Amino acid sequence: MVDSFGINLIWLVPLAPLIGFVLITFVTYRSRMLSALTAILSVAISFVLSLDVLRVILTHPEITMNNPLEKAVEWLKMNGLFIEMGALIDPLTSIMLFVVTFISLLVVIYSVGYMADDSRFSRFFSFLCLFVFSMLGLVISNNYFQMFVFWELVGLCSYLLIGFYFYKESASDACKKAFITNRVADFGFMIGVIILFIYFGTFNFGELAVAISNSQDLALLTLAGILVFIGPIGKSGQFPLHVWLPDAMEGPTPVSALIHAATMVAAGVYLLARGFILFASTTTVINLVAYVGGFTAIFAATIAITQRDYKRILAYSTLSQLGYMVMAIGVGSITAGMFHLTTHAFFKALMFLCAGSVIHALHKQDIFEMGGVFKDMKITAVTMIIGGLAIAGIPPFAGFWSKDEILLVTLENGYTGLYIIASLTAFLTAFYMFRLIFLVFFGEKRSDFEGHESPLTMTVPLMILAFFSIVGGFIGAPFLEKGFSSFIYFGEPHHPEPNLMIMGMSTIIAVAGIFLAWLIYIKKAISAEKIANQFKPIYTLLYNKYYIDEAYQWFFDKIVLNLSALCNLFDRYVVDGVAHSLAWIIRTTGTKGRYIHTGSLQTYALVLFAAIVVIVIFLAGPVVGGVQ
Amino acid sequence: MITLNHYLLLSAMLFCIGLYGALAKKNAIAILISIELMLNAVNINLVAFTKYLTPGVFTGQIFAIFVIVVAACEVAIGLAIIVAIYRNRTTTIVENLDWLKW
Amino acid sequence: MDLELIVFWLLSFITLGSALSVVFLTNIVHSALALIMTFLGVAGIYLTLQADFIAAVQVLVYAGAVSILIVFGIMLITRGSGNMQETNLFGKYKYTAAIVVTFLFGVIVYFLIQTPWSIATGTLPENTVSGIAHLLLSDYVIAFELAAILLTVSMIGAIVIAKEVKNFK
Repeated sequence: MVDSFGINLIWLVPLAPLIGFVLITFVTYRSRMLSALTAILSVAISFVLSLDVLRVILTHPEITMNNPLEKAVEWLKMNGLFIEMGALIDPLTSIMLFVVTFISLLVVIYSVGYMADDSRFSRFFSFLCLFVFSMLGLVISNNYFQMFVFWELVGLCSYLLIGFYFYKESASDACKKAFITNRVADFGFMIGVIILFIYFGTFNFGELAVAISNSQDLALLTLAGILVFIGPIGKSGQFPLHVWLPDAMEGPTPVSALIHAATMVAAGVYLLARGFILFASTTTVINLVAYVGGFTAIFAATIAITQRDYKRILAYSTLSQLGYMVMAIGVGSITAGMFHLTTHAFFKALMFLCAGSVIHALHKQDIFEMGGVFKDMKITAVTMIIGGLAIAGIPPFAGFWSKDEILLVTLENGYTGLYIIASLTAFLTAFYMFRLIFLVFFGEKRSDFEGHESPLTMTVPLMILAFFSIVGGFIGAPFLEKGFSSFIYFGEPHHPEPNLMIMGMSTIIAVAGIFLAWLIYIKKAISAEKIANQFKPIYTLLYNKYYIDEAYQWFFDKIVLNLSALCNLFDRYVVDGVAHSLAWIIRTTGTKGRYIHTGSLQTYALVLFAAIVVIVIFLAGPVVGGVQ
Repeated sequence: MITLNHYLLLSAMLFCIGLYGALAKKNAIAILISIELMLNAVNINLVAFTKYLTPGVFTGQIFAIFVIVVAACEVAIGLAIIVAIYRNRTTTIVENLDWLKW
Repeated sequence: MDLELIVFWLLSFITLGSALSVVFLTNIVHSALALIMTFLGVAGIYLTLQADFIAAVQVLVYAGAVSILIVFGIMLITRGSGNMQETNLFGKYKYTAAIVVTFLFGVIVYFLIQTPWSIATGTLPENTVSGIAHLLLSDYVIAFELAAILLTVSMIGAIVIAKEVKNFK
């Protein structure tokens, strides 16, 4: 057994933020600085422990995904039901722990500066701690049941954080939307897990993996796989349950960074990787995963090119990148998916925090009202450009390596269609990201604002993240002999050969996207309005996000409400009718029957003895055989 | 020669007379008296059984003693209740005592 | 016709006759007096059954105590101004009850005759008191004690119920 404080204290990883949450809520909430300190400290403890876990896993190559460390305590045991609470430690867990605690720590530090003016400062930090606790509990789960519990907790925390400005109607709407959409998805997840439990009798990942690989029941596995996949569809914002994610931008920007970069949305991808054997057991499910991911990638990217809101563009970019990850797992490579999750966590958190920095300074969100911010906010601008280069896939930034790996496995595994879609998405990504950067940081001021650089608590996390966005990709660079691919894999480690053609292609595509953005928004060689006017219907369609929200609205207004009205009628007239008539029968028998009760004891005694006579005669008579 | 049936028949008649009184009389005290008759009939049965069926064992007579004890208690309590009712309602006619209903 | 039989018939006649008087007399005081007669008749029946102790108890408890109690009860609740001849009338079930009771009697008699009694051949010992005493203080001692408690409780209960309730505020 491995002896190290990180492994021994693994339970403290999720527990430390929980303790922080309790402390802030009950003890330090009056003192802003103490609350912030508690939050930072508790997340830092988790981070240090996670670092040690990662170190242990890296130095012990015998611990693989097929041979994990497992620690569990019995939680509930009764006949036919055994639930445990435990920790599963393997490379997947360790990398997720590292990413989550790292980003969370930076976000918490950043929030000290960002939320400085907020009157509910302490509450924000307590929510953050609760959120981190839920996410870490989810990551270290060793069974589906525990995962589901924390999965729901994550949903609850996102509700609390998105609705942090609940006095704004849009925020309270957004948090309800996020919560309800997630509930719909969680329901599918729950049914899937229950089906798995009924047929295999266990929630444990390891035992389930064995049971699934021995199972021949394809129909059952397909059903369970699709149902469980609905969970990630909701949590990771895949089409068609992506609608909550852009609206979740109503929360404070650090929350957006936390939710959209490292934690909540990553939970879905993490579940896909963790339960990969279930999804991979039937081709139907795995193809569904791949195509849903691919479709979401391009779908969200096309929407992003027309949006005007800084954070919304980033939100759609997140959707698109999540689509990438899901697609990568769908084509059979959790290596590529998790790799992209890791790098994406760095540069997307970076971009969101940059966005927060800009919004904090400018108090604006519409990118067409900004412009020329570069000279006021040099650190923010530079780090944002680094993030943009990373997401666009310019070598040697982090996004290049992971995106390249996804493209590679997609092509290798024979999904040519998805490869084309992914490449197109890469082009769009580079274009809309640099459209944003050019519009915000370059050109002339388009409205009245005072730009100034953000405080140190905000810029330091930016710089750290920028550093990781530059170098983070090298852990999985194909030139390395023992890279990411020999760390997280399913089955046998697959080390893709560096394919220069694909690398070259994707670089050209990215550069082309950036060049196009430059042409339109800096050189003004092509007029954006002109194109927009020329393709008016398409532009309107994209600008309105394919009218998905409106479609849902129509669906709920017309179908669900009418169906509910019908159910209401049924309930009122049929169900209530039955209940009321039953009550009427009983009441009427009571009113009529009470006259039998004369209250005269002699009557009762008379009836009693008459009955005795009748019964005795009946029993003694020939009908029953008589008394001998 | 007197047989068991003589006594049992006597007891049955006494019981039925008592029952009739209990069912048909109006006065609460009369009903109480009639119940005493029924208990006496039962006692005759028990004592007769002792003599004719189990001469060596006194169980029947013991039971008769207990019945007498309970009957004494019953009369005491019953009369007390009747007196209490009479104090409240100034009547002992059971047909007027019909509050035991809706 | 031996003497025993004559005594039995005589006692039966007294018992049943006075029992009928109890039921059919319309003056409640007369009924009570007839009741004493019935009790004494039953005591005589006990004697013919060689149950001398029970007979003694019957005379003491029933003919003595219970009868006095009932007469007291009558005294307490019967209005002197009313017509004493109408203090013990039949209620509305005079005929219905008669029918039911007749049928019940028929049923009882039917089973009396039907049942094959296994008559024992032995005879009762001369002294029943010591036998009863022995049983009461050995096998039935718990019931005996309980009977004592029951008597105490019912005495207290009778006093509490019959006593006029004062309003304690």
